[in-house]
Amino acid sequence: MDYMKETIDSLHKKLSDKELTAEELTKQTLTEINAKEDKLNTFITVNDKAVDDAKKIDADGIKGPLSGIPIAIKDNIVTNGIKTTAASKILYNFMPVYNATVMDKLDKAGAIDIGKTNLDEFAMGSSTETSHFGTSVNPWDFSRVPGGSSGGSAAAVASGQVVAALGTDTGGSIRQPAAFNGIFGIKPTYGRVSRWGVIAFASSLDQVGVMTKRVEDSASVLSVIAGHDDHDATSSEKEVPDYRANLNKDMTGVKIAVPKEFWQEGTHQDVLDNINKALESYKKMGATVEEVSLPTLKHAVEVYYVLASSEASSNLQRYDGVRYGYRAKDVKNINDLFVNSRSEGFGSEVKRRIMLGTFALSAGAYDAYFKKAAEVRTIFIKEMTNVLKDYDLIMGPSTTTPAFKIGEKVDDPLAMYMNDILTIPANLAGLPAASVPAGLAEGLPVGLQIIGKPFAEQSVLNAAFALQEENKFYEQIPTALKGED
Amino acid sequence: MNFETTIGLEVHVELKTNSKMYSPSPVAYGAESNINTNVIDFGFPGTLPTVNKNAYRLGIMVGLALNANIENHTHFDRKNYFYPDNPKAYQITQQDKPLGHDGYIEIEVDGQKKKIGIEELHVEEDAGKNTHGNNGYSYVDLNRQGTPLIEIVSKPDMHSPEEAYQYLENLRKIIQFTGASDVKMEEGSMRVDTNISIRPVGSDTYGTKVELKNLNSFNHVRLGLAYEEQRQAAILKSGGTIGQETRRFDEKTGETFLMRVKSGADDYRYFPEPDLPDYDIAPAWIEEIKASLPESAAKRRARYINELGIPEYDAGVLTDTKEMSDFFDEAVSYDANPKLVSNWLMGEVNGYLNEKKIGLLDTELTPEHLAKMINLISNGTISSKIAKKVFKETITNGTEPEKWVKDKGLVQESDPAVLKPMILEILDNNQQSIDDFKNGKDRAVGFLVGQIMKQTHGQANPKVVNKILMEELKSR
Repeated sequence: MDYMKETIDSLHKKLSDKELTAEELTKQTLTEINAKEDKLNTFITVNDKAVDDAKKIDADGIKGPLSGIPIAIKDNIVTNGIKTTAASKILYNFMPVYNATVMDKLDKAGAIDIGKTNLDEFAMGSSTETSHFGTSVNPWDFSRVPGGSSGGSAAAVASGQVVAALGTDTGGSIRQPAAFNGIFGIKPTYGRVSRWGVIAFASSLDQVGVMTKRVEDSASVLSVIAGHDDHDATSSEKEVPDYRANLNKDMTGVKIAVPKEFWQEGTHQDVLDNINKALESYKKMGATVEEVSLPTLKHAVEVYYVLASSEASSNLQRYDGVRYGYRAKDVKNINDLFVNSRSEGFGSEVKRRIMLGTFALSAGAYDAYFKKAAEVRTIFIKEMTNVLKDYDLIMGPSTTTPAFKIGEKVDDPLAMYMNDILTIPANLAGLPAASVPAGLAEGLPVGLQIIGKPFAEQSVLNAAFALQEENKFYEQIPTALKGED
Repeated sequence: MNFETTIGLEVHVELKTNSKMYSPSPVAYGAESNINTNVIDFGFPGTLPTVNKNAYRLGIMVGLALNANIENHTHFDRKNYFYPDNPKAYQITQQDKPLGHDGYIEIEVDGQKKKIGIEELHVEEDAGKNTHGNNGYSYVDLNRQGTPLIEIVSKPDMHSPEEAYQYLENLRKIIQFTGASDVKMEEGSMRVDTNISIRPVGSDTYGTKVELKNLNSFNHVRLGLAYEEQRQAAILKSGGTIGQETRRFDEKTGETFLMRVKSGADDYRYFPEPDLPDYDIAPAWIEEIKASLPESAAKRRARYINELGIPEYDAGVLTDTKEMSDFFDEAVSYDANPKLVSNWLMGEVNGYLNEKKIGLLDTELTPEHLAKMINLISNGTISSKIAKKVFKETITNGTEPEKWVKDKGLVQESDPAVLKPMILEILDNNQQSIDDFKNGKDRAVGFLVGQIMKQTHGQANPKVVNKILMEELKSR
């Protein structure tokens, strides 16, 4: 078994034909994980019950497409009985007593939770460098970041530790690491996947998605995890199509909008070249490509950091040392307990955003910051909606540059935040968006971003699938890994 | 200098639901600590709230009963603050677009009717409870966490402690009759925060507000406010200034004491709750709730007076609590004479409750049994004297009156064929009484009736006895 070559479909066939048992596949996956873990640091926790779970699947028989397939889970998704940390010291020992809805759905489909992947602390970051458990590295270049916040999931997939991983995306946390690692990643429409059991960063922006080497595998997983959930009042009641069965690469007559503002100053020339090449491919496939304008995009980063930090400042207040997680020692009173537990338990990036958000919501600043940002968000949503009235998809680069060096931006929050400018729009507008490999820039992967209409995940997947079948990027082995062999 | 008092009240009322405001945990009193909780109530990472539609419905009922405008578009907001009994470190409440606003209730003080405005009312969740052990530890119980509340904010329309008292009495009664809450101060299902300020008569700006806490009954509210009026007036008269502060009412001394000085307003960093979509209330739903509103105390009182012929005062007593009024209505529904039911409830029943210091629903008496007992009296089956025995048995042991009367042989004897020979015999043995009667001493009749009652163990029908006795006495 080699995850560089396998797909969920091919593995499913082997499992169904009894060429391979779920137990064997799980053990091989654990071997793959262990072999590369010292280098990559992609996992925070490996599930020591995974083999037992696989045995149960073997005993019950292989059923649906995910039955017996090991999947990695970003460690901000709550897993019953498996430590869930959000990569924070404040939850370093947190053992959940319930499952996220996506976990229940994967369980029901027979998928094996192989372990919990690294991320930026509470998903706040673009590099995994803010993780309490150390930085994950990029399998294309070990001196570079895998992106973030779902950097552990992305690197685990790219390096062939797993065939699929769940990520979460609040401002680009699936698409940016997918781009940096040369894999596919999709953030569905806000409300498409339940947030129950997803450790909240910014509730109005967070969404669970899938990261795989191949588009068809993401389609298979997304069909399983999507759908309405009574536990999540913001989840949609719209029916979930079978994305895998409906997947096709027909781009005839598809209208693609390319916002000129996506061509940011300072964007790496090789990135632009690869994106242009991809757009040319779509034209050849029968799609039309036209330039449009999103004038409010220039405010997207500010709007995002005010709103996301405001929500985060409130969402993270529950980590107070009273009921679970890290508790400061030798406290004299309740105030000490709160202050010391939080001061010692949170890392500096999380603290920065809590401060920012607390300020933006405070009585003197609310109107100028939170309220203003919410108003601009509404204007921006209208702009995006208007474009999508005339076009099926919006495309552009997923990131302005390929993966940056570890340590390069960690002390420059503004540079780190600006890194999200191209991915933030889809979160602000709640739209489905994906990153699909489009080529290499100086030997590092580049991602094409595809944004669709609300609940048009199928169109996004289809367009990505069309490009994948054109460039067959999945055949490439990450360079640093090649050096390892 | 004369002063004018301004009082505003914030009242929290627990809505009577089976489950919590934003979680499916049960709502119940007196359970073991932290039993009625789930991962939502504990604020575990990844949990999300969902709205209890029934709680919202009850909130709308209260709003309608308080003549408020119910909003079609409402949403929830977060109120952020740290406290161990507040597991998410925010309370989900309604700040910006509450459920209802601009209501009023009517009160009557010294024969003057007056409307007290209601600024707004909104639903929110209760906090848990902290207790402090004497071992240096504090304990958190989250059973109450998430209990649905409605907060009712009055306009500063009250100008005396008595008006505040009447407002609360009426508010309690109105809400109780909707069935949306038990509204019991002693159980904490109704809680009152008061704000009071005074200003020189004619001044167009309000004085500095003082908040009063630890008011555990309406009477304490009245006493605390009265004390505060005097205290503030004395300070102003002596040239001092009122501090913006929270004061505690001491029920032993009837005085108020400084708890803490307020330095500026608390900043709760309210913002729209992103986990809950806007809550739209369809006009049809409001209409449906309006149509299903139970009869108010005022309407019941009018019905008792106008349709059932109950005296005004009695109708007022009967409609003081929903318990009593429901009991009355049900008893009357068993074809018992309303006036008799009213008399019994106000007399024997209330006497019993006062003596035992218990509530109506704490006894074994049912409306059906009371009605049957009254009907046994009305149709002459038992005497009023026996009725008292039956009443005691029924209210203590829940015994069915008809069967008990029959089994115990307490049925009233009204048959002249049975009574006449007894009467004749007693007359024969009491010549002196007959003589007294002839000499105009009416007392003799009472004595003779007493003898007959004694012999029949009180079961003789006094009317029949009297009739036969008088005929016999006159004929002798």
